[in-house]
Amino acid sequence: MLAYLVRRLLYALPILLGVNVITFALFFVVNTPDDMARMQLGVKRVTPEAIEKWKAQRGYDKPLFINEAASGSAVFTDTIFFSKSALMFAGDFGRAEDGRDIAREITSRMGPSLAIALPTFVIGLLVTVSFALMLTFFRASYLDFWGVVLCVAMMSISGLFYIIGGQFLISKMWKLVPISGYGGGLDAWKFVILPVLIGVISGIGSSTRWYRTIFLEEISRDYVRTARAKGLSELAVLFRHVLRNAMIPILTGVVVVIPLLFMGSLLTESFFGIPGLGSYTIDAINAQDFAVVRAMVFIGSVLYIVGLILTDLSYTFVDPRIRFN
Amino acid sequence: MAFLPVILWSDVLIWLLFVAAGVFGWLSLRNPLWRTAWQRVGRSRSGMASATVLLVFVLVGLLDSLHYRPRLENDAGHLASSDAVPGESAAGKPPAAYAVEVLSLLDAILTPLRTRNEKTYSEPLATRAYAKESIESRDAAGELQKTRDYPRLKHGGIHLGADEAGRDADIGQRLLRALALAILAWWALAAATAARLAHREACAHREAWRRIWSNESDFAWNAVLAAAGAVLLVALPLGMLAVHYHVFGTDKVGQDVLYQVLKSVRTALVIGLVTTLVTLPLSIFLGVLAGYFRGWVDDLIQYLYTTLSSIPGVLLIAAAVLMMQVLIDNHPQWFATAAERADLRLLALCFILGVTSWTGLCRLLRGETLKLRELEYIQAAQAFGVADLRIIGRHILPNLMHIVIIALVMDFSSLVLAEAVLSYVGIGVDPTMISFGTMINNARMELAREPMVWWSLAAAFVFMFALVLAANLLADAVRDAFDPRIAGSA
Repeated sequence: MLAYLVRRLLYALPILLGVNVITFALFFVVNTPDDMARMQLGVKRVTPEAIEKWKAQRGYDKPLFINEAASGSAVFTDTIFFSKSALMFAGDFGRAEDGRDIAREITSRMGPSLAIALPTFVIGLLVTVSFALMLTFFRASYLDFWGVVLCVAMMSISGLFYIIGGQFLISKMWKLVPISGYGGGLDAWKFVILPVLIGVISGIGSSTRWYRTIFLEEISRDYVRTARAKGLSELAVLFRHVLRNAMIPILTGVVVVIPLLFMGSLLTESFFGIPGLGSYTIDAINAQDFAVVRAMVFIGSVLYIVGLILTDLSYTFVDPRIRFN
Repeated sequence: MAFLPVILWSDVLIWLLFVAAGVFGWLSLRNPLWRTAWQRVGRSRSGMASATVLLVFVLVGLLDSLHYRPRLENDAGHLASSDAVPGESAAGKPPAAYAVEVLSLLDAILTPLRTRNEKTYSEPLATRAYAKESIESRDAAGELQKTRDYPRLKHGGIHLGADEAGRDADIGQRLLRALALAILAWWALAAATAARLAHREACAHREAWRRIWSNESDFAWNAVLAAAGAVLLVALPLGMLAVHYHVFGTDKVGQDVLYQVLKSVRTALVIGLVTTLVTLPLSIFLGVLAGYFRGWVDDLIQYLYTTLSSIPGVLLIAAAVLMMQVLIDNHPQWFATAAERADLRLLALCFILGVTSWTGLCRLLRGETLKLRELEYIQAAQAFGVADLRIIGRHILPNLMHIVIIALVMDFSSLVLAEAVLSYVGIGVDPTMISFGTMINNARMELAREPMVWWSLAAAFVFMFALVLAANLLADAVRDAFDPRIAGSA
């Protein structure tokens, strides 16, 4: 088990390195730091001196890979690649355009992101799996048919409209909860409840349909027929046999996203004004803050790889036959 | 010439795709296995109804993909000329000048909608603007009077003259006329279908009519006719009313919302279709290569797509789009017109979306190829010494096509939805390009107004929903027909 984990982590390294190279190429080779400086400074203030100053302030004035002017190990460390990309492995993300430390910003913004994303994920999973089980229970009936039609209709609506519609109905018409904002402590619930509700509803369509397909595939297997033949009720068959055996395909899709919950949701957070990582990313994109975008890309891929490893681990819990070797 | 044709890159690609789809359809009809699969799609009622609706969208998109620059009136001398074409002045005439504005055939058809702009917001079918303004008028004594009132629109309902109270009656009358016309057109269409069916199957008209509606024909004519009827019922009244009113109101700069919605269709289609031009070659080539040759080729390709897919999609797109923006902003000399710049940005977005989304299909194709290459007939072909390329071309690719087709239609709707979200985040299409995303983004700002400006949002919602729902339903029908696991059991 431990050996397996170590190997997986080692395997993750080249992938992270690849991610790093891709982002580095995108941010520093396709466009030179000069281009970025011109973009940030605006048309009016572009002078060669201003560009040089901008680059020097942010450490973009170094050579890309090899610093021939330096000596010793500084040949490699005193370069853009090392200071901007390689140092990310050590958790050093540098500073944003406004001068704040990105790493600290990220840790302080994780809380609000999780406060929205975690309940959305858990409730959403419960709701969609139970809906899918219900549709499977009533399969080939009118309920099933119209349920699927409803799912297809719901997944055809853009996520933007769920948010806009929900805010309009619940906050503006009925004035049940504030339209946006976030508060610390126990007061947070009234800010959290609407985004969570909308997040759950907007996910129902596609997830329910997906789980229903998985369940229907299981239900035509022989062991299900055997379970029925020995006199189990249909509900017992569904919960004790079908649900358990469908765990592997469900986990494959679900566990990967758990670590990514830290990143928050771009749309939800920006609409509801929640000071999480999602809105941080969106602000960075709008302000064209390249350092923050680079940091978020790196963290996102780290979390994704953690998710992949967790997925493999979770298989052993639901299927004892799976062993690592 | 009265106009100068402009060929945008996305136009070329859209028409290329159109032709390719035609050729592919013709080829696949010659293959008996494929023909039965397509026939299964043809029998699916929901599939054919949505295909009819999609066809209308595609038609709008294609009309919007023929661009030109209209010739400017030259009486005012050459001052109006923004871009003179050399060579024509040799005949002694002043050189022909063409507008900088790039128009499409759809714009030409919709000229009344495009040009009749109001000052700012107005409600659907309104005759007066949405916000009060101070209006100066002279009273009977000739005194200048200032009143605050809703100003009359410049174009909406102008034919009513002073009789604004007659608006409802006028609308009702036009609606009735449109309905009558729609029903008439539908009957003509239905009768023509029945006549054609009767001719082809050599039976009486009455019998053909019965077959259409009783699900007995091997093509879901009833669904097609029903969908066509629905389209007529919506399109004709809209068209009749749009001549004199702003059916969906106007937006902040007074542009007709119906016009914007129709223009958005092309953007959505380009995003949904052109992106596949990038994903398909990448995922088919790499997926088959990895699955067939295994070994280090497989390792390398797997590494490539794991790395790419480990970057969260939105962030990778954001990073790439930001960089592209810098590139475009720093090279303004590349583009002759704003339309060309917006068009290139749209294509770049398609390219970026394609590069970030080929991994899923590639993984599927790799897995399927791994399975296929162990089958006896392929082993036999290898034993006979058939070249690898030939095996891939003749035996593997045709057996992967169903996965490709299913992925293609399934991806379309998600790409259309993604465009809206990306444009909202600010990394979508050019802000000057009309798309569902930019419409929603602009309308969102106005939700806080009291009373609310809801019509742009509602119109974008309805049209986008119709497009995506139709695509989803067609995708389901295609999947049911092509997926051997499902098609076998049905």
